[in-house]
Amino acid sequence: MSTVPVEVGHPSVQHWAEPGHRDDRSFLRKYVFATDHKVIGAQFLFMSLFFLLVGGALAMLIRWQLGWPGTPIPGGAILGEAKAPGGIILPEFYNSLVTMHGTFMIFFAIMPLLVGVFGNWLIPLHVGAADMAFPRLNMASFWTAVPAGLIMLSSFFVTGGASAAGWTGYAPLSAVPEYSGVYLGQKLWCISLIVLGFASLMGAVNYITTIVNMRAPGMTWMRLPLPIWSLFITAILVLLAIPVLTGALILLLFDQTIGTTFFLPPDGGQPLMWQHLFWYFGHPEVYILILPAMGIVSEVLSNGSRKPIFGYRFMVYATIAIAFLGWVVWGHHMFQSGMNPYLGATFMTSTMIIAVPSAIKVFNWLGTMYRGNIHFHVPMMNAIAFVAMFVIGGLSGVFMASTPVDIYIHDTYFIVAHIHYVLFGGSLFAIFAGIYYWYPKFFGRLMSPLLGKIHFGLTFVFYNLVFFPMHNLGLDGMMRRIYDPNQYEFLQPLQPVNTLISVSALLLGAAQLIFIFNFVWSLKAGKKAPANPWNANSLEWTLPSPPPHGNFTTMPTVYRGPYEYSAPDRETDFWPQSEPPGTRTGGRREEVHA
Amino acid sequence: MNWNWLLPEPVSTFGSEIDSIYYLILVITGIIFVLVEVALVVFMVKYRHREGRRAEYSHGSTRLELVWTVVPFVLVMVIAWMSMRVWLEAKVADGHAPADALSIRVAAKQFEWNVTYPGPDERLDTADDFVKTNQLHLPVGRAVRIELTSDDVIHSFFLPEFRVKQDAVPGMTIGVWFEATTAGEYELACAELCGLGHYSMNASVTVHESEAFQSWVSEEGGQTPAVETPAPPDTSAADLEAASTTPPSGEDHSSHQPASDGKERA
Amino acid sequence: MSHAAAMSASRPMEGMKIYNLKLGMWVFLLSEVMFFSSLIGAYIILRFAHPEQWAEPNTVLNVPLTGFNTFMLICSSVTMVKAFAAIEHGDQAGLRKWLIATIILGAAFVGIQVYEYIKLAQHGFVPGAAAYAAEGGPLYGSTFYTMTGFHGAHVTIGVLALIFTAVKAFRGKYTSTDYGGVEIMGLYWHFVDLVWIILFTIVYLI
Repeated sequence: MSTVPVEVGHPSVQHWAEPGHRDDRSFLRKYVFATDHKVIGAQFLFMSLFFLLVGGALAMLIRWQLGWPGTPIPGGAILGEAKAPGGIILPEFYNSLVTMHGTFMIFFAIMPLLVGVFGNWLIPLHVGAADMAFPRLNMASFWTAVPAGLIMLSSFFVTGGASAAGWTGYAPLSAVPEYSGVYLGQKLWCISLIVLGFASLMGAVNYITTIVNMRAPGMTWMRLPLPIWSLFITAILVLLAIPVLTGALILLLFDQTIGTTFFLPPDGGQPLMWQHLFWYFGHPEVYILILPAMGIVSEVLSNGSRKPIFGYRFMVYATIAIAFLGWVVWGHHMFQSGMNPYLGATFMTSTMIIAVPSAIKVFNWLGTMYRGNIHFHVPMMNAIAFVAMFVIGGLSGVFMASTPVDIYIHDTYFIVAHIHYVLFGGSLFAIFAGIYYWYPKFFGRLMSPLLGKIHFGLTFVFYNLVFFPMHNLGLDGMMRRIYDPNQYEFLQPLQPVNTLISVSALLLGAAQLIFIFNFVWSLKAGKKAPANPWNANSLEWTLPSPPPHGNFTTMPTVYRGPYEYSAPDRETDFWPQSEPPGTRTGGRREEVHA
Repeated sequence: MNWNWLLPEPVSTFGSEIDSIYYLILVITGIIFVLVEVALVVFMVKYRHREGRRAEYSHGSTRLELVWTVVPFVLVMVIAWMSMRVWLEAKVADGHAPADALSIRVAAKQFEWNVTYPGPDERLDTADDFVKTNQLHLPVGRAVRIELTSDDVIHSFFLPEFRVKQDAVPGMTIGVWFEATTAGEYELACAELCGLGHYSMNASVTVHESEAFQSWVSEEGGQTPAVETPAPPDTSAADLEAASTTPPSGEDHSSHQPASDGKERA
Repeated sequence: MSHAAAMSASRPMEGMKIYNLKLGMWVFLLSEVMFFSSLIGAYIILRFAHPEQWAEPNTVLNVPLTGFNTFMLICSSVTMVKAFAAIEHGDQAGLRKWLIATIILGAAFVGIQVYEYIKLAQHGFVPGAAAYAAEGGPLYGSTFYTMTGFHGAHVTIGVLALIFTAVKAFRGKYTSTDYGGVEIMGLYWHFVDLVWIILFTIVYLI
């Protein structure tokens, strides 16, 4: 059948905002079982920030043990005798700590922050829609993620404790309780991630449909703000990668419960098959964790530099290239695994190639700042830090991409340094940039710029003190996931470095209190935010802060791209996307930052 | 520890080749790092907002895009190409290891390394094989070929100074080879999370001068293996007799022939 | 503002001309392809690694019965097509009739599969035999039950969704210009059928 009439199948009846109409939905409908994408975005934000704190607390415990091995933690009695008798962390609990730190941070903090929060906040507003294509599915996505998180948390409190097989869950360690000492906890780990996978898939379906189908007139693909391009590509990655993880987790869960032998060698199972399945998901996953961050950085850098993004088209192509190539590099996690070395050689080649689109993006960000008119507002500081830190993370990746060098650095702290430079130095700084940038729009209040700058400065300094020395630890041969490196003579000289890192980590954790305070305090006491505090161009800035339910009173029309800053012959240095052509002077200037 | 980015002295033949690739990458990435970060700082200072300033209204430059696509591509391809040969030699050469390479079997398990030496006849699965736990003895200047197995979970055989690392996977026998260049005492580490004792799965590594290695082998080979390894129940003379008359089982590690220490191997 | 007013913007929207529900279902089915691929991929890897653990299908499984079951599932796709064709032409009675037929055939498929599972279990063929069973090894049971089990779960969910769709049909919720719910139900159902044809081939025939 050819064209289908628009009414068929209830294309999302867009409930445009109605001025003067009282919103009489109940509290439950509005804030708990909300279908408004803005509220769901905030829900994901609170959930994810909570889990970010959980992940951070776990990291503090890890660093305590590495900084002062065998020393009781102040207040450690709360952990209980099974995990830390006398406040001294046990090796088995340590293994749980490293596992759950990674698990919570990746699945319950960074991923929902980037995909759940910014996807929900930005997609409908940036494309010019009243809401997502499937608002109730959106609600279901959040309310599926929450139980998944609770299940994961509960695994700490069962006998045998939480999973201790690494966030990568390699079998047979993860498949056989006798090997790991963890019984129910490992099963809960699998179940939790399976449930979370459903939440992610619901989100992906919603995002893709909304971006493809619900763009306002004039919002062509090449006029989309880069966060939307990134989220679109990311949603496709989620759609195709998460089901593979789900499959792998099911096979593992069956090995643990109903007697299958997928990964158990005595009965023909293949441990390497777990790794192939896991990393086939796992590598696209890390691009899921960075691409939306890159989109946010592009948005903020262009705004802060008052200059169009350098090479918009190439940014789009690079994003697509990264996503595409990301499917054929998974074996670089398995170079030393016993996989056929010839296969390793092909993965080395594809892995080296994927460095190129990332390099293009970095140069384009530099090009955006070049000859700009840079305003160092708090989001901009965080975005610039992203560029500086992502470069380090990306360059360190070249070392491990080289298979012979990887022989030495695989499973050492060099890898840990790399991971954290891209995930913290990269993704988390971008998340901070995004929160500082869009907080005024969605909460209707301004955060304190002074506290923002202090938070940024302290975080930047301590973060580098924590993670940069890890490169050196790795180059000296310190392995990952090691409860007490002093068992090895060749690692004993490294103790002072570990202690230095741990001190910095505690200070880094403390510095986050400033952010928490700023965030919470500004909700009630911050100055009321105007519609466009950053003098930005995308559609959300034409609406009140916060936008009403239904967003736009009439469907907007888009006339230009989102990065038309400092265009000639204009009184102001910005040019909103929906401003009709022929309006020479543009909007009022509403500078707000210090 | 050293804050420079130098690697510890390598003690194997391909160790220095691996290190030269590392240093090549270090130089290339180091230069790029400096250039990019300096540019970033310069831009922040030079293009900061000042009264009356306006940004350049430019959308990019296709020519520059091509330059910074092609140059990184060439650089990484060079690195990949140079890495390829060293990789294939280190990992695949196992199939082409020198004919006179010494064969040793290493079985990883929670949480120790059981090393089976071929004894004076230098053939595995013969009567004069013996097993040491957590002690790896190697001759200097001679290729060694290790058959790596695991009894339970995935471990990883990591000799840092030798630039050797290979996961030990249950259900697989994986070949690892290297040639030590310097006598001395080193450590073997497990580099794959394998359970609660992962952190203490270290073993001593002794590289002997060749005559010293031969005499060590004859000394050890002559002794009853039960003395060295965790005592199995009665390794009687009858058991040793049985082991020496049973034909070698070849590569199949799932056979139920007791190894010369009387212990079953899965 | 009314829906009609909202839609009369100055220019048509930029999106593709596939309405939201349908695009969403296609996208979802893509993820299902990946899911089943991971299970089938595991099966392929394991079978190549240990072919000796696989018995001839005929010695373990009831191929004729499952063949008949396959035929029923294919018929149910035909009835689904007929249901969709009916509502396209506004034939409410036809829609209801053919939806019921699809439900019956789908439920029968699940029923027969459950019956087969019970029979196999009685013979000692369960997901993980403690030792090598007389017919095939642990991997055989592991992959058989995982693949067919998850397919069966998808059919079951499909039957429930069909019941939900039928209830709406009986309430007259679908018209010749508003039949999206039926169309996406059909898409899902055909997908489940297609997966079964693949599974039947690799599990029961080779």
